[in-house]
Amino acid sequence: MFQTVGQPVPRKEGREKVTGQAKYVDDLTFPGMLMGATVRSPVARGRIRSIEFPNGLPWEQFTIVTAKDIPGQNSVALISDDQPYLADGFVNHPEEPVVLLAHPDKYLVEKARQVVRLDIDPLPAVFGIEESLAKEHIIWGEDNILKAFAIEKGNVESVWAEAAHVIEGEFRTGAQEQLYIETNGMIASASPENGITIWGSMQCPYYVHKALLKAFPLAPEKIRVIQMETGGGFGGKEDYPSMLAGHAALLAWKSGRPVKMVYDRAEDLAATTKRHPSRTRIRTGVTEEGKLLGQDIEFVLDGGAYATLSAVVLSRGAIHAAGPYQCPNVRIRSSAVATNAPPHGAFRGFGAPQSIFAMERHMDQVARAVGLAPEELRRRNFLHTGETTATRQVIREKVNLEQLLDRALDLADYHAKTKVFTEQNQRSRMKRGIGFASFMHGAGFTGSGERYLQSVAGLEALADGRVRILASSTEIGQGTNTILAQIVAETLGINYDHVEIPRPDTNEVPNSGPTVASRTCMVVGKLLESAAIGLKQTLTKAGLLDEDYSSGEFADACARYAERFGPLKSYCQYEAPPGIHWDDESYSGDAYGAFAWAVYVAEVSVDTVTCEITVDDFVALQEVGRVIHPVLAAGQIEGGVAQGIGYALFENVVWKNGRMANSQMTNYIMPTSVDVPRIRVYFEETPYEYGPLGAKGIGELPIDGPAPAVLNAIENAIGLAVNEIPLMPEMLMRARERGNVPVEAAVG
Amino acid sequence: MSRWRRPLAKLRIELHVNGHKHHVEAYPMARLLDVLREQLGLTGTKEGCGEGECGACAVVLDGELVNSCLVPVLQVDGREILSIEGLPSDGHLHPLQEAFAEAGGTQCGICTPGMILASYQLLKLHPHPTEEQIREGLAGNLCRCTGYQKIFDAVKQASQRAAGD
Repeated sequence: MFQTVGQPVPRKEGREKVTGQAKYVDDLTFPGMLMGATVRSPVARGRIRSIEFPNGLPWEQFTIVTAKDIPGQNSVALISDDQPYLADGFVNHPEEPVVLLAHPDKYLVEKARQVVRLDIDPLPAVFGIEESLAKEHIIWGEDNILKAFAIEKGNVESVWAEAAHVIEGEFRTGAQEQLYIETNGMIASASPENGITIWGSMQCPYYVHKALLKAFPLAPEKIRVIQMETGGGFGGKEDYPSMLAGHAALLAWKSGRPVKMVYDRAEDLAATTKRHPSRTRIRTGVTEEGKLLGQDIEFVLDGGAYATLSAVVLSRGAIHAAGPYQCPNVRIRSSAVATNAPPHGAFRGFGAPQSIFAMERHMDQVARAVGLAPEELRRRNFLHTGETTATRQVIREKVNLEQLLDRALDLADYHAKTKVFTEQNQRSRMKRGIGFASFMHGAGFTGSGERYLQSVAGLEALADGRVRILASSTEIGQGTNTILAQIVAETLGINYDHVEIPRPDTNEVPNSGPTVASRTCMVVGKLLESAAIGLKQTLTKAGLLDEDYSSGEFADACARYAERFGPLKSYCQYEAPPGIHWDDESYSGDAYGAFAWAVYVAEVSVDTVTCEITVDDFVALQEVGRVIHPVLAAGQIEGGVAQGIGYALFENVVWKNGRMANSQMTNYIMPTSVDVPRIRVYFEETPYEYGPLGAKGIGELPIDGPAPAVLNAIENAIGLAVNEIPLMPEMLMRARERGNVPVEAAVG
Repeated sequence: MSRWRRPLAKLRIELHVNGHKHHVEAYPMARLLDVLREQLGLTGTKEGCGEGECGACAVVLDGELVNSCLVPVLQVDGREILSIEGLPSDGHLHPLQEAFAEAGGTQCGICTPGMILASYQLLKLHPHPTEEQIREGLAGNLCRCTGYQKIFDAVKQASQRAAGD
């Protein structure tokens, strides 16, 4: 049916990447370039008394920038603009930037960074969700609450009396570092006459553009942002690049020379954003038969010292908190609270991995209380087409979660293994277990987000028949270049090799929105599909192209069009699919245009002596609409699952007074090639009417399921209910020691 | 009193990189990584962590895989270095490079040069590696994008192709 879509065409920039020719920001140098460094707060909260530059360094050779050097607004433009580029008078978290330095010698600038002395009067600081909620010290606004809202459906208070069982639980998740292998980096050149040019590692060129526009007195066309090859993002290059580009631009503005700032790993880990730590409390009432009557959910995120993206992370997390279940009465009260840690930010999943972890652990515990198998409890409560989510969104897509569940459990050989493990575990030091999670993930911006974004993408047909994609959507490893070119080639009926996608440069391409929120394929892909149809129609209406044409005829038509009328461009702006309504006031309505649906099954073994946990097998089954590129799509799922296993078992941010104490790859541990199981990926494809060629979003989905599936499998193996991640061996050992369910009793 | 002291004087060091002889002036403790990138312009070698954990900066030194962020340039005087730029021959990609591109073994690409060189060493040791040998052989190279699965596939594919030749 399709020529290009669904085929494993070569990755557009694959050759450059395997030969080492791809240019990342740190691979660039400019004549006269200075190296920048950042002097950061050593304390969590305090008043800056003075900044001292001790004798012994040639300070006259340095460019030195403090808050008073910022020509425009000293806050990083995002949602509420409360985070300064450089602390002015007060610091609110460890590692907060205070002074910027630049010098031609990178060794000398590092030395200088170490000797600048910040004299700071400490103020009382707040760490963790409990301290923030206690409000003994108010560190943000009037009540430490960065954002709070509630979702209500039915009347949850009405169900407790009639419920056969009421089950309660509390669940916690830790911070997680994105750990892209390329650290954050930017180069800026800047002057009042020529404006600012930024080259850097980023997900969202127009976010950087918008931020610089407020910090510098320049017209929009005087600010140019160019995305270099980007060595991974995962959300970690959504908001922070606006900060770093601002810093590099400030140093360039003052020095009049290009300035490079590339963080080393320790600085990147300690100073940039991470996944929000969370606490979720759930109270569920069910009937004797295990039908959900009501769910009362309290969802709290630790946002760190400034609001940044917390409001929208909270929103996605809260909306996903009730899972893929039909429940008549739901209340979700959510809040993001301020603490004196570096602000937490975007990370693949954006709040949903936290709330889904809680719900999927909880559902296993509800099943036990009712006396049902975990799969049977879910089967009795799954959402169906025509039913409503917690936000009262009517599911219009064709979804069959029962079938998805059955297939996933079959693929994992779940029933047979459950039986065998129960039998074998009685005689073995190694206890094996199997568990799963069923979940959904919304694609695109939440609620009215896409309407506000008003994204634009376009195409330009060149005289030789090649077509260029005009979009600011970034390739960060996930395959943007390739899948967007596939969609365009398919729609135009031309060869994939004839579609080009230039490096995003805000001088050259329109704002197709940020590369976040599983939106690039579904939303931007759709814009390009529409633009391609427009392009074809233009050529047809001009009498240059028949309804049926070959690649050669298309090229001829482009050439003749260019001769007669000049360049041929076709743009498309976002319009919401029909019947989509969202109410920001009541947090109700169609939260997302479409959801991806999934059931993930994990098999683990736990060494009951060392408490070492190994994931032995992993089945990831999902319905994501049309799969545009089978290899890249599977690669997204596999990478997300590995990152999710890391989230569950390995990745522990150790906090000491708001500072990451283990800011090295030596002691912040991510999965290696020997830590991940074979990840078996399966797709079901139900084309989505409003996605390009039927595609939905895929990028974030795979990080939602692994943590609850793995913890459910661990409980299945050893009978111990652990509701907190990461779960490292020493933590399992402690949990077992104070355990509510002794291991031996559970298996004996 | 200056708290900043100039490092030792620069030395003249001879490097044999990808079959070419180079002379550089460098501080003896300068990292091989920086000399390759900054003095020889071989930016295919990447820095991921600077502490020998991630393998993004891996190069082959006299037939052994090393993390070039941990190698003082003093130690490579007169020795043979293979970086990613030296892997293709006669303008043709190495079978591993072909396989990584085709099988989905590269996503963001930042770990790819080191990962391909680690795979190159692995195939020297085990021309037909089992999956366990691949996992062990690449355990010093971190990838955050792929979950490693397509990298295993790429190494197997390259090994089979080499066998077919």
